[in-house]
Amino acid sequence: MHNLFAYTFMQNAFIAILIISPMLGILGTMVVHKRMAYFSDALGHSALTGIAIGTLLGMTNASLAMVVFGILFALLLNRIKFRTKASVDTLISVCASVSLAVGLAVLSKGGSFAQYSSLLVGDVLSIKKTELPVLAAAAVCTLVYWGFALNSLTAISIHPTLAKSRRMHVNLIEDLFAVLIAVLVMLSIRWIGVLLINALLILPAASARNIAVNMRQYHLFTLLIALFSGILGLFVSYYTNVATGPVIVIYAGIIYFATYWRSKTG
Amino acid sequence: MRKKQTPCGFHYIKINNLSVTLDAQNILSDVNMHIHCGTFAAVIGRNGAGKSTLLRAILGEIPHGGTIEFKNTENGRMQNLSIGYVPQSINIDRTTPMDVYDLIASFRYRMPICFRRRSLEKEIQNALAEFDAENLIDKEIGKLSGGELQRVLLSMAVMDEPHLLLLDEPVSGIDKNGMDLFYEKMKGLVKHHDMAAIIISHDLDYVAQYADEVILLDKTVLADGSPRAVYESEPFRQMFGGSYDYGATAMRAIPLGKAR
Repeated sequence: MHNLFAYTFMQNAFIAILIISPMLGILGTMVVHKRMAYFSDALGHSALTGIAIGTLLGMTNASLAMVVFGILFALLLNRIKFRTKASVDTLISVCASVSLAVGLAVLSKGGSFAQYSSLLVGDVLSIKKTELPVLAAAAVCTLVYWGFALNSLTAISIHPTLAKSRRMHVNLIEDLFAVLIAVLVMLSIRWIGVLLINALLILPAASARNIAVNMRQYHLFTLLIALFSGILGLFVSYYTNVATGPVIVIYAGIIYFATYWRSKTG
Repeated sequence: MRKKQTPCGFHYIKINNLSVTLDAQNILSDVNMHIHCGTFAAVIGRNGAGKSTLLRAILGEIPHGGTIEFKNTENGRMQNLSIGYVPQSINIDRTTPMDVYDLIASFRYRMPICFRRRSLEKEIQNALAEFDAENLIDKEIGKLSGGELQRVLLSMAVMDEPHLLLLDEPVSGIDKNGMDLFYEKMKGLVKHHDMAAIIISHDLDYVAQYADEVILLDKTVLADGSPRAVYESEPFRQMFGGSYDYGATAMRAIPLGKAR
């Protein structure tokens, strides 16, 4: 067996996975806790719209276009959530579908969609060394936000009125959370893919939830599961020559069902 | 927590002309209430009378007209009103990975709840002990019984000795025994800790037994005063029909009270 770390792309991909998996995992604990899986899914799909609008405006930096659009879209969804009396999951689905359709329509004009199809699945092996610091910075932001807002977010998810009665800034915390999800999803999407990003975000936390009895375990299990499936997925995809994102998600999915089964029987 | 033998009676909460308009609909108008410390007041009324809205307005969650004053009659000074709130239920499912420590700490402390602090644990345990719930600290909140959850929420609400306690009566998951215990505890709490309490109640029997003061609400205050006075008033009869027998409830209440 040859040393797979002899390749620079493999080193970079490994570091990227070490950053992305726990970062999305920790974010996922909060997303799952707040029952916002729909929300992050909608955001993931809006990445294409971001690129489409960026192209229309003549922006050369696709990542920037995605992040900016993602933030605006996230804040818009949040406003809808605060205001509406209609079913939120339906409304978010509608917004996501429409935005995806707009994105696809613009990008497919003139039959040029093929060049964007890599975004659907993502390719972590193509990450460059110079792109790692951006991910690291995003991870630091996640940690800082988590440190400040974990308690409030948890409290809000348990009972918003009760949280407000304790003078928590519910709207500000929720808006920042939406922005954070948007930024992380958009920064990770080129490596993980539009179709899979939400799975990576949700699965580790959802699995941990099946077996954890308190918040400490919840976070610990999420981190372990995220790292384990991320690293295993990377190696297996390398040896089997299969795209990395799907392999990671398959392992995360297996872990989910194992923990689900255990929670039912244990 | 500081204990007082009797409420001082000098503090009172005054609600003046409170009104709430939502979506161009008058939910509440011209609500006036006056509650002294040491008073256990109950708000009753049919569904949609605006009981929960009143509570949310007092909490400051929805905008309202009118004023809410908190005064000390001794020196006439206004103070900032601190409110403890006990919701009817909380938004959890059976798999929520939180124990009672996590629940209380998330509302009260800044330190991320994953990192347990001994000192905080002690504080929470002391608060829970007030309601005989100290052994619940490590229990998953999804596995608490209705009565246990109620005790945990109460401990949390009174931990920092609020002036006013707002309670949304639990409607499910609590048996007769649990409800009796809940009301007994509330009554004792109000008497011993120099606070006022307003409970939104759906159970006329419990209100008749335990409340010091009753407020009959339907978009505005229709009647207020002692339970007997309100239950025998005309608006009460119109709302609940003439069938409610205050005497019978009061009779039931006496031996029960003596038994304890």
